[in-house]
Amino acid sequence: MTAPAAADVTSALQAKFPSATSRPSVDHPAFNVPMSEAKTVLQWLRDEQGFDFMNDVTGIDWAEGASPRFTTVWHLYSTTGHLYIRVAADNADDENPVAPSVVDLWPAANWHERECWDLMGIKFDGHPDLRRILMWEGYPHHPLRKEFPLAGIETELPDLEVAAETQAKAIAAPMAGGPFVASSKGEMNLTEAEPRAKDESWNEKKPKPHAD
Amino acid sequence: MASEFTVPDAGAKTAAAAASPEFETEKMSLAMGPSHPSTHGVLRLQLELDGETVTHCDPVLGYLHRGDEKIAENMTYNQFVPYTDRLDYLAPLANNHAYAHTVEQLAGVEVPDRVKAIRVLTTEMARVSSHLMGLGAYGLDVGAWTVLLYTFGEREKLYTLFEELTGARFTTSYSRIGGVSRDLPEGWLEKVSDFCDGFLPMLEEILQLLTRNKIFLDRTVDVGVISKEDAIGYGLSGPNLRGSGVKCDLRKDRPYWGYEQYDFDVPVGSKGDCYDRYLCRGEEMRQSIRIIRQVIANFPAGDHFAKDAVRIFAPKKDKVLTSMEELINNFMIVTEGPQMPAGEVYFEAENPKGTLGFFVVSKGGGVPWRLKIRGPSFCNISILPKLCKDELVSDVVSILGSLDFVMGECDR
Repeated sequence: MTAPAAADVTSALQAKFPSATSRPSVDHPAFNVPMSEAKTVLQWLRDEQGFDFMNDVTGIDWAEGASPRFTTVWHLYSTTGHLYIRVAADNADDENPVAPSVVDLWPAANWHERECWDLMGIKFDGHPDLRRILMWEGYPHHPLRKEFPLAGIETELPDLEVAAETQAKAIAAPMAGGPFVASSKGEMNLTEAEPRAKDESWNEKKPKPHAD
Repeated sequence: MASEFTVPDAGAKTAAAAASPEFETEKMSLAMGPSHPSTHGVLRLQLELDGETVTHCDPVLGYLHRGDEKIAENMTYNQFVPYTDRLDYLAPLANNHAYAHTVEQLAGVEVPDRVKAIRVLTTEMARVSSHLMGLGAYGLDVGAWTVLLYTFGEREKLYTLFEELTGARFTTSYSRIGGVSRDLPEGWLEKVSDFCDGFLPMLEEILQLLTRNKIFLDRTVDVGVISKEDAIGYGLSGPNLRGSGVKCDLRKDRPYWGYEQYDFDVPVGSKGDCYDRYLCRGEEMRQSIRIIRQVIANFPAGDHFAKDAVRIFAPKKDKVLTSMEELINNFMIVTEGPQMPAGEVYFEAENPKGTLGFFVVSKGGGVPWRLKIRGPSFCNISILPKLCKDELVSDVVSILGSLDFVMGECDR
């Protein structure tokens, strides 16, 4: 394995995979590839270019209505060349996004893909054990999707027997209309975000009551 | 006569049991945690045991449910700084700086030398404090009480220094995008220097309690061996990676904040067992002190924030009260957040537990569109199922402690 340099990797990758296009990035070399080629590109980067370290597998949700809605992003690092690379692929299906699993290339991807499936709802094709990792098995939502509110959604508890006995469920945090509540557009409710005086018993017209 | 007193051969007994179907063993499942003292947070290990041997291990996370990434997408860049304290809550300063640096890269802000020096200094202090906690708790896991008491004593001294600097002992929120929240207090550097003088002999004493301790050696040597290939393949980082003999340290390989000007060594293990990881942490503390001394010796003068950070920082309060433009500027920064250009940025910092990465996707505006946190502990414990297989239950405790993870980073 050779130690790569940023410019070499860029030109080599574009020569080998003409369908890979450069992706605007502030720091590291980044590429868009078609989802069908993603795994081939990643394997080639590992075997030929020395990107032996899988940093991260994650997804980006471009919000409801956007198409393509989901992008899967891989971050690789070369422990010999000390170089990062970002590979991104748009998921074709907006409703049920699917990406190829790379667990057989990097065991590290196992938990990252489980996390991405759990929170973002991107399925990884070929993952040996695609279970939820942070939420409980059977939880109906994917919390990192943009339409999921910050406060949460009222949900049945995982164990229905316990729920029936205790009358308890996972309730949404009581913050509706409050300052930092998610909207599907990714905007904040800025009219409510202002710090304000709690005591409203006095104002310009009504004098402040004396504390005695 | 001696033969009368020989102990029955345990190995032969097991072999006999395996051979005859009469002694067929039944597998048993054991839930270790969520709040087992050795799990260093709320981690549940679903173990399958054959006698005392672990045949299968399934770590279950997800008890904290804090939703850091979701929260980050709903608040301004500045407002997220306190949340980074809570990732690796044993080294909040290191997290603050890593996050601030990521957003600075996105904004294209270069911080002055003084800020870089402060960041290196406080990150190394955080490293010492985190390793002290890790070492003490590890000692406790394998049955050594005194180590914890000693390391806590030293850690308290560090926390007092943090308190003088940041105003808080634990949740420091010290870094700002484009600088740090306040300059060093008068005479603080001398106090850090004094701490280093007192700490080094104490560290030797602490390490002496473990390094040649027979019980400690029995519990750690050749236990939980991670090969070089596995360490890289599973994406381990920090002392867990270096313990396996991979010389990989971002402070050397991709220097940031001027790490290249300091002289220090990267300790590397040879076997990759629990003992190697312990030795790496011990040596890293010595190296951190070395770095701290060099930073103090050449401490640059200047501002504690970047000049072009005016569009990120709220302006100074005296200006806000006299100038209308500054008032409007202050109002916009506080309510809508510092306006960032659109773009993507990924930065990893060498934190005590490993490499902490932030991936920020910005569509412009004051709120990140997507902020992904790559917690080192999350990656470090993903090797547990492989590591715990065919080990004894008591070794699971030893392995957990040697990985030195923090659940705040595993669980989001």
